[in-house]
Amino acid sequence: MAERDALEAVVRGEAGLVLAALIARFGDFDLAEDALQDAVQAALERWPKDGVPARPAAWLTVAARRRVVDRLRHAAMRADKADALRTSEELRRAEQASAEDDDVPDERLRLLFTCCHPALAPEARVALTLRTLGGLSTEAVARAFLLPVTTLAKRLERAKGKIRDARIPYRVPPAAEWAERLGSVLAVVYLIFNEGYSATEAEPAARRALCEEAIRLARLLAALAPREGEAHALLALLLLHDARRDARFAADGGFVPLDEQDRKRWRREEIGAGVTALRAAAACAERGPYQVQAAIAAAHVLAPSGAATPWGTIAALYGELEALAPSPVVRVNRAVAVGRARGPEAGLALLAELEPVDGAARLADYQPYHAARADLLRRAGRAAEAAHAYRAALALCRGAPERRFLAGRLAQLEP
Amino acid sequence: MQYALLFYNPPLSQLPEPQRVSVVAEMLEEMRVWLGELERAGVFRSTLRLAPTESATSLRRDGAELIVSDGPFAETKEILGGLAILDCADLDQALAFAKRCPLAKIGTVEVRPEFAAAR
Repeated sequence: MAERDALEAVVRGEAGLVLAALIARFGDFDLAEDALQDAVQAALERWPKDGVPARPAAWLTVAARRRVVDRLRHAAMRADKADALRTSEELRRAEQASAEDDDVPDERLRLLFTCCHPALAPEARVALTLRTLGGLSTEAVARAFLLPVTTLAKRLERAKGKIRDARIPYRVPPAAEWAERLGSVLAVVYLIFNEGYSATEAEPAARRALCEEAIRLARLLAALAPREGEAHALLALLLLHDARRDARFAADGGFVPLDEQDRKRWRREEIGAGVTALRAAAACAERGPYQVQAAIAAAHVLAPSGAATPWGTIAALYGELEALAPSPVVRVNRAVAVGRARGPEAGLALLAELEPVDGAARLADYQPYHAARADLLRRAGRAAEAAHAYRAALALCRGAPERRFLAGRLAQLEP
Repeated sequence: MQYALLFYNPPLSQLPEPQRVSVVAEMLEEMRVWLGELERAGVFRSTLRLAPTESATSLRRDGAELIVSDGPFAETKEILGGLAILDCADLDQALAFAKRCPLAKIGTVEVRPEFAAAR
């Protein structure tokens, strides 16, 4: 069984590469997926007897191509159409010609851009990327997103149908569209990570797998687009978050804020890899929002202790981030950092500015606003107001870990 | 593959009179330039500007009968104001032309591929 697990790991590691090459060759997601599935089945039967081939991806590709030819030929014979038969004959000849040349071209960047095409719904981009380039089964993806398998399967079907029917091209976008399209790919990978990293207690193993997949995808993207600073920066950001995964929750399951985490439980190796990726990002031409976020994460984890956190630097970085990509959540985080750097009243002043900008009605329902305000008021010694804000934050809180944390802080305020 | 670009715009009747004339004239001129661009790129098939919904007539089945009626005049923010047919290599090409369509500035441009029979 251990042997089978090892084989499956090899197969999973190569599947994205093989699938991308098959889609490039046959222009058909379903055909490529079916053929790959058959090839994987054959590998799991043959490899235990014959040994794992020197180049597993090439073996799988050749086997899958053969399956495609077989399938097309069967379909052609059933339909009894001369032209379909000719197509399959052409395929067979192409297959023979390339039997010697078993190089697998790396088409994964094309696959990544197609799966993250803006003409697909965001949730379909996530599902399709995980399913084609990730090593997760449909069942595993469904579990991580707390969705019924049938819902996810339908979502994947619809996405593949749209790629086919609307003819979404299978290619790396031209220069004019590059920036927007790369942004979409980065956003999908970040979304996958956040889904896994979010502070809920459901399906921990499945959600852990999402974090690992997101890091694998970010690493792949950084390798395939080495001149894109934001690709390296996203990898850095994910690694620097992920390195702290064991220290994020207290023994009672409550959330622990960054500067109060037990640093001995942080993974030094992953922090090192994150810092290396951040340096690679900084060496590129442009400095984008992911790089600033990674710089903030690095400032936190590189501080020798929580008390030594360089809040002034972090506050300035949040200012830069807000200028690049303004959003309420950036403003809230900036207010917290400014509050620590220059005193809680300065942080509260920044939060107060958010109100007219974002509209009071919506802000009232914005949980991070209340949580940040509660913390600033507590630090300012305004206990009664802080307690009120903690209660507002608790009422809007969805995850159990954060609820425990907020309830703990509230209990400290109330005698 | 052929793509239909369907133009959904706010009804022009909602604009005040003096403004309407200049807005329409300006839009028609911009559309003429855009259609010329499509023509030169070799993707243009045809286009149709539709009269306001006030001139629409609907056929509706009621049991065994077909009812002819005036309208519909549903109170919607955007109505189908016209369409263009393009012949493009793929969705990206169709989207690139759609993005430059002047009507995208004032409404929604829906890009729909022609129906393709199953493989």
